[in-house]
This record gives sequence, structure tokens and C-alpha cells, in this order.
Amino acid sequence: MPPDARPKSTGGGSHVASRLAQQDPAFVRWLLILACVAVMGLLVVLPVVAVFAEAFREGFATYWANITEPDTIHSIGLTLFVAPIVVVVNVIFGLAAAWAISRFQFRGRTILTTMIDLPFAVSAVVVGLAFMLLFGQQGLLGPWLKSLGIEVAFNVTAIILVTTFVTLPFVARELIPVMEAIGSDEEVAAVSLGANGWQIFWRITLPNIKWGLLYGVILCNARAMGEYGAAAVVSGRIEGKTQTMPLRIEYLEQSFNSPAAFAVASLLTLLAIGTLVLKVWVERLTRQEIQEAARAADTGGAH
Amino acid sequence: MASLANRRVLPGFRMSVSFTLMYLAVLIVVPLFAVLLRASSMTTADFVRAVWTPQARAAYALTFGASLIAAVIDVGLGLLLAWVLVRYDFPGKRILDSLIDLPFALPTAVAGLVYSSLYAPKGWMGQFLVPLGIHAAYSRLAVVVVLVFIGLPFVVRALEPVLESLDPELEEAAACLGASRWTTVWCVVIPHLYPAILTGFALTLARGIGEYGSVVFVSGNKPFQTEIAPYLIVQKLEAFQYKEATAIATVLLAASFALLIVINFLERQRARHAT
Amino acid sequence: MSIKIDHISKRFGGFQALDDVCLEVPTGSLLALLGPSGSGKTTLLRIIAGLETADSGKILYDEIDVTNKPPRQRNVGFVFQSYALFRHMSVYENVAFGLKVRRSPRAEIRPRVMDLLKMVRLDGLEKRMPGQLSGGQRQRVALARALAVNPKMLLLDEPFGALDAKVRVELRQWIRKLHDEIHITTVFVTHDQEEAFEVADQVVVMNKGKIEQAGAPQAVFDAPATPFVMDFLGNVNVFQGRVEGGKIVLGGMQLAYSGSHVDGTQATGYIRPHELDIDHVASARSSLKARVTQVNAAGSVAKIRVVAEEFGLALNIDISPDRYAELQLKRGDEVYVSPKNIRVFSPDDYVI
Repeated sequence: MPPDARPKSTGGGSHVASRLAQQDPAFVRWLLILACVAVMGLLVVLPVVAVFAEAFREGFATYWANITEPDTIHSIGLTLFVAPIVVVVNVIFGLAAAWAISRFQFRGRTILTTMIDLPFAVSAVVVGLAFMLLFGQQGLLGPWLKSLGIEVAFNVTAIILVTTFVTLPFVARELIPVMEAIGSDEEVAAVSLGANGWQIFWRITLPNIKWGLLYGVILCNARAMGEYGAAAVVSGRIEGKTQTMPLRIEYLEQSFNSPAAFAVASLLTLLAIGTLVLKVWVERLTRQEIQEAARAADTGGAH
Repeated sequence: MASLANRRVLPGFRMSVSFTLMYLAVLIVVPLFAVLLRASSMTTADFVRAVWTPQARAAYALTFGASLIAAVIDVGLGLLLAWVLVRYDFPGKRILDSLIDLPFALPTAVAGLVYSSLYAPKGWMGQFLVPLGIHAAYSRLAVVVVLVFIGLPFVVRALEPVLESLDPELEEAAACLGASRWTTVWCVVIPHLYPAILTGFALTLARGIGEYGSVVFVSGNKPFQTEIAPYLIVQKLEAFQYKEATAIATVLLAASFALLIVINFLERQRARHAT
Repeated sequence: MSIKIDHISKRFGGFQALDDVCLEVPTGSLLALLGPSGSGKTTLLRIIAGLETADSGKILYDEIDVTNKPPRQRNVGFVFQSYALFRHMSVYENVAFGLKVRRSPRAEIRPRVMDLLKMVRLDGLEKRMPGQLSGGQRQRVALARALAVNPKMLLLDEPFGALDAKVRVELRQWIRKLHDEIHITTVFVTHDQEEAFEVADQVVVMNKGKIEQAGAPQAVFDAPATPFVMDFLGNVNVFQGRVEGGKIVLGGMQLAYSGSHVDGTQATGYIRPHELDIDHVASARSSLKARVTQVNAAGSVAKIRVVAEEFGLALNIDISPDRYAELQLKRGDEVYVSPKNIRVFSPDDYVI
């Protein structure tokens, strides 16, 4: 399900209907625009504003104290530790999967694509359960690993594993259509000129897909930092040990420390806003590059 | 497109395919297999007993019912938003367009936290709604509302490209044949969007059924009333009832697989239609 | 119904699509708007239908001003370049759409649709979806759908553009026949001069938002009014020369032509490939010494390319296969070329 992986905005503005038969009466137009603004205001803007209002309800000093509370600091640190690992691992996977799927025809290619989509459809709680059935005390591998002195369940390792599962599709799903659209002509040309695999990847493929890759990284990172359901199941939610930021929010909320919960939430909301800003920026760069390429092709064709 | 000849031309076939397969096997196949293995170790009677308790039935009803209602609402909102964003120009359009993705980027726990506080009796919205008898926090309605938020981007983003590439001559043809603007939109434009609407609907539904983080914050998790199926799994797990948890998880997993197959089918249909 | 286009102008940003165009389409005629892309022909068609508004000027149907009427009140049948068939409706529903939205009595819809499908030779296919039809069949569904509402005129935008060569020829002969049967005022847009001449009984040649020439196909072909028309209507050999004593002088060659220019005017001569004769010996008429550089005898005419080295002039000549067999031409032969006909334009003729 590609739209899930890439809810790509169209950039807007460029495609407004100019044909007479496509135009709606002015009052309908303004009514619908107003309805949209109302829906988005109520559904999206109001909650974002509320997060910050609640976080700062008792003043900046309390906010700062809430954020710098040791266990909260630890949860921020844990989230900042887990997310980069997950992103790197999924970038490597995404590159390999996109290369395999977009550059070769082989049996089972469609099944592979469907498997990559699977984490979209599976509930995070079920993912958590699955890993518990593997690594828990009664799990398939848990007792054996424990005899080797390795503990996965209720540990940071488990959080990394489930987060990797949940965010697995983002980079791959972003890269596959980009690489299919670009095609393999340039890479085949490089091979014919005697380039080896790494040279092709670093000099040809990577420059071509860099924006798609960055886009996938942004989405993957946002989801990794926000992962809650699966982490809640496998982490054991041990304060100061396996509590990531979303889990910290839940803990603070349940201990009736709402301002502290909202303080942590405000950081994650900033992350979401930052993600959107980056997304818009990457889309603008991509568009510019496409336009420049088109212009270059135009002037090139004139000769 | 990649051609069969590329297999020999481009390097890295064996490496990329085997790495992809290994990664997917370790991370996806083995854990999900563990679920099925545990489920299959139960007798049919045990399985049915675990899956079909009154509490579980109430949880399924809420999970599927609320997801379905939310997906229907999101189709309506998605149509409105996609139409306005593709067809009209107005100040602030860029911002509105990028805000559509916020539910996708915002951690679900944050969504749940803020929605529950907004619609609680003393919250910004709740102080007006609760006296009117509208309880949009710690209720079934709360589940629907938060799922509407979570699913918002999917229908819009599925519709936008299709609406953009819709042949303007279709609307002109309808106008020349004497159709009013209203008839043109309902009888010509919207039917051309059906496949995209269906895809967006299925995606929203899938997301809703699996959603956990935001719902546990807003629903109140009262057994038989506002408890969703994923929450039930977590509860069983915390009580170390792994068998019951696994059985319910199998039901959810089956629903996810079914939806995934439907969505894949729809996508392939659409790709074929486009060519 | 007759159409009158009265001083229509239209500008898209910095591009003048139509520049003060006037044209009358008499009732029952079949008119082709012919021109290269960007000549304004499609814009004019869309303005006639009301799909586009003109910046200035008026459109009159039967002397009634319809300039400000929306398309759905104009009762015009329009066949789009993409056909614009409704993909989710069967062939039957597509054709019935106009009747349904106009609230025709239910009992009348079915027989009317079936009649139309028979007319466009699609009877038996009414349950098919557009995706299951060939290009030519889709085109005919679009036509039946446009005709279903009994339009007062039929407008077609590049009606044969998207079809392959064979179907295209069949379909245009069929459209001509259909028009002879139902006599509805018809305007179609094309960039293919062969298509325009074969189907239409009036041809309007457009260029850069203006009408270059309008008239019967034969008249336009035989007497092109401007160098553009001359050039656009097909392969043509172009000479630069000077007028002297009622003749155009090109190097040592003097050619008589019909028409008159003041002595000394710089002028351009146009000769069509089939208007040049070729021989091994110089004829009595003034002729030009040339060398054969290329021979292509495949096809219904033999295409010869020669170069008059004296003037550095390359010429294309079409001769009949019989004549070709008679002359036994091959590359490198020295030949004499003589024009049977020539048209001369001086810049003063068309610069206002």
C-alpha cells in the first residue's frame, strides 16, 4: 500500500483548474474552502495548540523542570539512541530491497513487495506480542538466550527490534518507485564503461535517489521516535531503563502529572512539525531539480 | 523498467536479494510465525473459547465498528480536502496542504493525550460539548474521533494525484451534454475517483483496526464498553495469559492480511487502469 | 444552424491565441479548421462551444448572440480529442447520459440510443465498457453520445488524431458519408491537410491566431492565398528571385507566371513537386540544368531529388511511374527541369 508509505503532498498551486467547465460558483468555492479550514482547524491545529498550551500551563519554569527531570531526560536519551539505529538499519535494508526489486526481475518479486508492506497492516500490539513469544521467558528463544546471558525482552534490544519492524517499509517504499521511475539506463551505461558495483552505487545511483532517500529517512525517523504500541508491550516500561518518550508520556499521564506529560508531548509535537517542514523543503528541492532537468533537456534538444 | 537482461548486466543481484530475504525473514517471518505456532498449539475448542468471549466480542465490535465509521467519515473529509486543495487557489493553501500530513508525523501517544484532554469535561472542547450530552472523551465516540484524526491523510493523499490527472475533457463533455455542475460532479467526477476512494478507505480501515497508542489514551478502556481488541491483547499479556493473547492476536492478524490483500489488489487494478 | 464568429480575440497570458477572427459557417456545411499546433484552431472550436470565453468579439448561432451562454445551454455536440468517455458507464449509459440529464421521457431514451448505436455501427456492443473497445469504436461511441441530444451543430477536436493510419482513413470516409445523411452543421479541427481536403466541403487555414484563407478545398489547393498556405499544404520547392517584365528571374532562367508585380520586386516562387517536369534534353520552355542526387521509386509516384549546381538549388520532383520507367533515371544523371506552373508572392502581397 504505497500511499501509506508516501503521503506525498502535491505542492499545491500549480494545478488549479483553469477550464471554464471545471469551475465551481464562487460561493460554493468559498464555502468549501471555509469547511476545509474549519475541519483542519478543529482536527489538527487545535490539538497542536493545545499540546503547547497544556505544557506551558504552569509557566516556563515548571516546563523546564518537567523536561529536565532525570527520568524524562533518560527517556529522551533513549529515544534519541533507538531512532538513529533503527533508521540506519532500515536505510541499509531499504537500499538493498529497492535495488533488488527495481533493478531485477525474479520469481517471488511481488511477494517480496507485499511482505515489505506487511508492517503497515499489522497492529503494533501484535508485533509486540510476536516478539514476546520469541524472546519472552516462555518464548521460543528466550530461555535459550537467557542461558547464554542475553536478555532481549524488557530490554532496549527489544525496543530496537520492534521499532525496526514497525518502520521497516518507509525507506524501501520511498525508494522503489523513485528508482523504477529513473530506470537503470545510467547504471547499465556505467557498467559498460567498466565501473564496479560500489562505484555505480556511490556515483550514479545515490546522487539520483538522494531526495527520495532523505524523504524516507525523515518519515522513518518520525515514526521510530513516536512508536508506542509495540514498545509498550516488549519494554516492560521500566522507569529510567526502558521508557522511551511516548512511554514516558503514558507513565506521567497515569501518575496524574499532566503538565509533565504534555511537556514531553510538546517535544514530540515539535518533532512532527519539524518533520513536516523538512518534508516541504525536500519536496521543493525535488521539484526544482526536476524543473532544472527539464530546462536542461529543452535547451539540449534545441541544438 | 528493469529487464531480464539486467540480471546479467548490473551487479549486486545475489547480494541485494539475499540480504532483503534474510532481513524480512528474521524481522517479519520468524516473529509472525511464532504467533501462528503458538496459536496452532492450542486445541480448536481452546482457541474458540479464548477468541469468542463476550468481552472479546465487545472489543472486536468496537475495533471494527469504530474503524469502519472513522473510515467512512475520512472518505467524506478526504473528498472535501482533496477537492479544495487540487481545484481551488486561496491564501494559506500551502500550509493547509502540509498540515494534512500532521496526523501521520505526530506520535500516536501525543494524539491520544491531547484529544483526551481536549474533550474531557473540563477541556477546551469538552466544556461546551459535555453539557450538550456529547462525550467525546472516554467513550466510544472518543475512539471514532481519534481514529478520524489518525486516518485523515490516507484518503486525501490517495485522491489528490487521481483528481489532478483527471481529464478535464470529462467535465467539459458532461457540460456540453447538458449536465449541471452538480450532476457532473456526482455522476461523472466522483465515479472516476471510486478506485482511489476505495484504496484510501481500505488504508484508513487497516490503520484504524491496528491503532493502539492514541485509542488507549482516549477510550477509558472500560471492558464491554470502550475496550478495543489490541488493548485486550495487552491486558492478557500483562496477566501472562499468552495463549488468550495469541488467539486474539491471530484474529487481528487475519483481518490485517485480508485487508492487505484487498489493498494490493486495488493498487494493481489502479495501475492497470492507468495504462 | 449557421454559426457566425464575429471579431473574436483571445489571449492566454502573453500568447495571442486568436487575433480578431471573423468567420461564417453556413447551415449544413462540413468545415475543417486546418493549421499547425498553436495556430488557434482548437481555441476557436472551444469558444464556439462555450468551453472557453473570448476576450472580445461575439459568437452568434442563427444570428442569435450566445457569447455569454454556458455550454450546457448551447445544445452543441462536442467530440473531444481524448473522446472523454465516462469509464464507469457502459456504451449504452454513455450515449444515454445526455438524454437522462435533460430528463427525456424514459420510454424515448432506449429506442433513441439503440438507433444511434446502429447508425454508428455499434449495435450489439451496448453493454460493453469503454475499456473493452478499440480506438475506432470509442471514437464512434463519443460521436453517438454527442449526437444523442439532437445538437444543433457538431464540433470535433482532432477527431482522428489518436487513431492508427488505417482506421483513420476508414473513419473519415465514414464521417463524410454520415454528414451527407444527417446534414448537421459540422466543424472539425485538424492539423492534417489530407484529412481536411478529403472530408470537408469548406477548409479554413489558420496560422498564429488568424485565418490565412477560407474556401472550398479545391480552390484553396489550386490558389493558395499566402505563402504560408502554399507551404502548409504540402511539399513545395521555394525559389528566391526578382520580377522583370512580368516574369520571375532566377539566375539565367526566366519563368512566366500569372499575376503581376512591379519590375524589380524581390519575390519568392513556389512550385509543387508534381508541377515540375524532367527530361534528358533541354526542352523549348525555359529549363534548368540539374543533376539527380536521389531516386525513390517506391510508391504511387516516383520521388526524384535533383540539385541545380549553378544556383546551389535542391528540388523535389514527383513524376508518374510510367514517366519514370520511360526516362530510366539514376543517380548522377544530368537532366533538365522545367516548371509547368509557378506561383509568385512578393513580401508586399501579404504584409499589411
